[in-house]
Amino acid sequence: MADHVAQARDIVKRFGDGKPSLDGASITIVPGEITGLVGPDGSGKTTLIRILAGLMKADAGEVDVFGGQPGEFLDDLGYMPQRFGLYEDLSVIQNLRLYAELRGLPKDEQAAVFDQLLDFTDLKRFGDRLAGNLSGGMKQKLGLACALVKTPRLLLLDEPSVGVDPISRRELWSMVKELTGEGIGVLWSTAYLDEAESCDTVFLLGEGELLFSGKPGELTGGVRERVFRISDFEERRRRLLTRLLDRDDIIDGTIQGRAVRVLMAPFSPRPTLDALGLASSVEIDPAAPRFEDGFIEILGGGPQGTSALAERYRQVPPGDRPAIEARGLTKKFGDFTAAHDITFEVPAGRIFGLLGPNGAGKSTTFKMLCGLLTPTEGDGAVVGHDLRSAASDARAALGYMAQKFSLYGDLSVRQNLDFFAGAYGLNRTSARSAIDNVVDIFELGDRLSVNAGTLPLGFKQRLALACAVMHQPPVLFLDEPTSGVDPVMRREFWVHINGLVERGVTVLVTTHFMEEAEYCDEITLIYRAEQIATGSPDDLKAKAADLADLDDPTMEDAFIALIQASERVEQDELRSAA
Amino acid sequence: MTRPPTFLRFDLRRVSALVVKESVQIVRDPSTFLIAFVLPLILLFIFGYGVSLDASRIRIGLVLEDDSAPALSLAQAYQNSDYFDVDMARSVAVVRDRMVAGDLRAMVVIPSDFGAAVQRGERPVIQIITDGSQPNTANFAAGYAEGVRANWAAAENLESGRAQAPPISLATRYWFNPELKSRYFLVPGSIAIVMTMIGTLLTSLVVAREWERGTMEALMATPVSMAEFIASKIVPYFVLGLGSMALCTVLGITVFGVPFRGSILALLAISSAFLLPALGLGLFISAATKNQFVASQIALLTGFLPAFLLSGFLFEISSMPWPIQMLTYIVPARYLIPPLQTVFVAGDIWSLFLPNIVIMLGFGVAFFALSFRATRRSLD
Repeated sequence: MADHVAQARDIVKRFGDGKPSLDGASITIVPGEITGLVGPDGSGKTTLIRILAGLMKADAGEVDVFGGQPGEFLDDLGYMPQRFGLYEDLSVIQNLRLYAELRGLPKDEQAAVFDQLLDFTDLKRFGDRLAGNLSGGMKQKLGLACALVKTPRLLLLDEPSVGVDPISRRELWSMVKELTGEGIGVLWSTAYLDEAESCDTVFLLGEGELLFSGKPGELTGGVRERVFRISDFEERRRRLLTRLLDRDDIIDGTIQGRAVRVLMAPFSPRPTLDALGLASSVEIDPAAPRFEDGFIEILGGGPQGTSALAERYRQVPPGDRPAIEARGLTKKFGDFTAAHDITFEVPAGRIFGLLGPNGAGKSTTFKMLCGLLTPTEGDGAVVGHDLRSAASDARAALGYMAQKFSLYGDLSVRQNLDFFAGAYGLNRTSARSAIDNVVDIFELGDRLSVNAGTLPLGFKQRLALACAVMHQPPVLFLDEPTSGVDPVMRREFWVHINGLVERGVTVLVTTHFMEEAEYCDEITLIYRAEQIATGSPDDLKAKAADLADLDDPTMEDAFIALIQASERVEQDELRSAA
Repeated sequence: MTRPPTFLRFDLRRVSALVVKESVQIVRDPSTFLIAFVLPLILLFIFGYGVSLDASRIRIGLVLEDDSAPALSLAQAYQNSDYFDVDMARSVAVVRDRMVAGDLRAMVVIPSDFGAAVQRGERPVIQIITDGSQPNTANFAAGYAEGVRANWAAAENLESGRAQAPPISLATRYWFNPELKSRYFLVPGSIAIVMTMIGTLLTSLVVAREWERGTMEALMATPVSMAEFIASKIVPYFVLGLGSMALCTVLGITVFGVPFRGSILALLAISSAFLLPALGLGLFISAATKNQFVASQIALLTGFLPAFLLSGFLFEISSMPWPIQMLTYIVPARYLIPPLQTVFVAGDIWSLFLPNIVIMLGFGVAFFALSFRATRRSLD
């Protein structure tokens, strides 16, 4: 009897020509543990899970599930695909019943099992609701419940936490943790590196290859005593970060509210104020290493701090009005309020973040500010162009980069650049110089004739940014610009954005990704169409520390504490109204 | 531990769970309802009232250049005809313009010397001009106009100026549809269209939808075999197709007065035999495309249009050019239309039904074999 429930060794899987999707990846799942399958989008996580579930055949390598072939013992397998596999036009209970019947759960046990699962997932009140009308977090829990109707020995979860709010994410995690107590082997795949830290064992994939396997602590242990937090400096934080990243002894750095966090190169001495050219009032403290630091080191460190894009960008003159204004923006679709009374101002040369889970109203607010949706109430302006009377002027003043990179996949890189240059109204000569410019900066020269759809993720991201900035707009709108990319690509992206902001560009970014939020000067939290808190990342964390009595909360802790506080207020109001 | 191959596992409990699921989806999905019950209504009303291939009452112009008694009596004959709505005019110019405008489909000119010619005992000449842009109507108009003249001439004993009995008398009888009402065969035809829509289009859409929404992936990770899955798609849509057929039949008989001379058993046998290839084609399309948009396009091209154009429903197969005639042999609807029309207007003629049923079942088996091949239990 093997001690693992599933094992895959040296798996190769190829789709079409080019680099295989999986290139010699291996994984072992043992009972009673959460095994993390971690990696950026396109690293082969889903393919590996599908091979384990018997949905695909590996081209090479050995797979064993419950001591047999994958797909042989499906009765003992629980599988939750990325889109949960729910029938949206069936109710919660009908979905459960379907999967119970398909997995052969005896009829007389069903009532008790459903009761227990609905309790477990807190969906009891919604038994008759159609699955399509559930929120993202609830769908995710129902998906899990469907995978659990007949207690499996192996549970495969394909990115169960993507796009749901942090509260649901934590609830799901603790549910799954509970299951491992019953001896179930769980495979949890994710692109979030903070989740990797909590797994018992981690398999880290990059471009189909296994980059690391072992306890998460082994990876973070390798960078221990090389991570530092620099705070209380006078210098502008983005400028300081740029300067630090340009040094050879610092391989990675991020902005953390008013502080800067750096990862030193191996064998470099502990940084001193003198060496970094910092004033004596500045503090340098050791910081706890994270999984991400280890990942960055495996990938060979982050980029340099100076952005070639920013260096060639024009200096955007500050206007006499805020660059982006939203005043009481409300959008209703029939009875449904997608965004309610959203108000904020972004001064020129700042990064402003709209933070919230999927479906909270971020994108609606974003689209109203782009002039793509007409507000039901309220108004707003971009660089002084009113959204109601001059929406097209407002649109011309901004560069837009959307979540999944709004490129034309079947046009070549060159054709995409030509198209966007034309769409933003550049004339022939300025289009040519703008295109030459971005091709040079983003090193797209070798790939001009390649179709954008077949580019590696990192190049897609570069191309999308290139398309959005060719006309040198004063304002940039970024819709979840770096979700799912590896941390080095994410660093590279933010190096450019930070550089542009130093040039006077104003940035509005939507994200459900806590780390992106740290780069913002100011954030507004949107939850269920309402703006529940606004302030700098440090302000919000301080507020949350007060509310939930936390010591040094992360952005995610802050988010959760603020949401819970707003729910308490809501309940109090309901109670006093009653 | 040995297990049967995953493909062939068949468990009634799983199938019935899937059938229940499918039925709930059918009930909840307004578009399914639309295709199964509203579309047949629309088709029946269009074919029953709107489209008619009979030329009853054609609008013509009658130019009367002569005021003599014979001319007036011929004009009277045209006005009394059941086939024409006659607009009288004195000059060709007026009528010509209205024909150009498409107001009139034909004109009959009774020239100024018509009466004189009759007086002299000669054969009087009239002119019939038809609008050739609609050849079918033009043929009808010319034929009827000549018929009216011939009847009038016979009644007036004008031919050669003497009383005359035709040497051969022709008594035409149209069997089964004595009035040649096209609605009699359009209603059975629309049943064919509706069953194609449900069998091929709807089925291909619902299977492709499972792929698109990712539910197929979740199903494949359960012990469901492909045989069970396919069975669960066939049963509800087979029942839906028969239900829709029944609706068309009842409406055809009650509202449109189409006769039903055969037996319900025969109708059921013919329809069921047709639903198999229709469903098989739908399953094959969706398994091969896995995409609702592409599936609907292919279903229209390979299922709907041939059933419309190449089945003999609207266009007589025997009057098609031979390559097209050859093509009709691979259209399952071609084998449905004749027995269906027969069961309505003629009765149970099993010698006609059986070969057609066998051929349709053959197509069904072929399509199912193809879709079993194409539906692999894998995402590769």
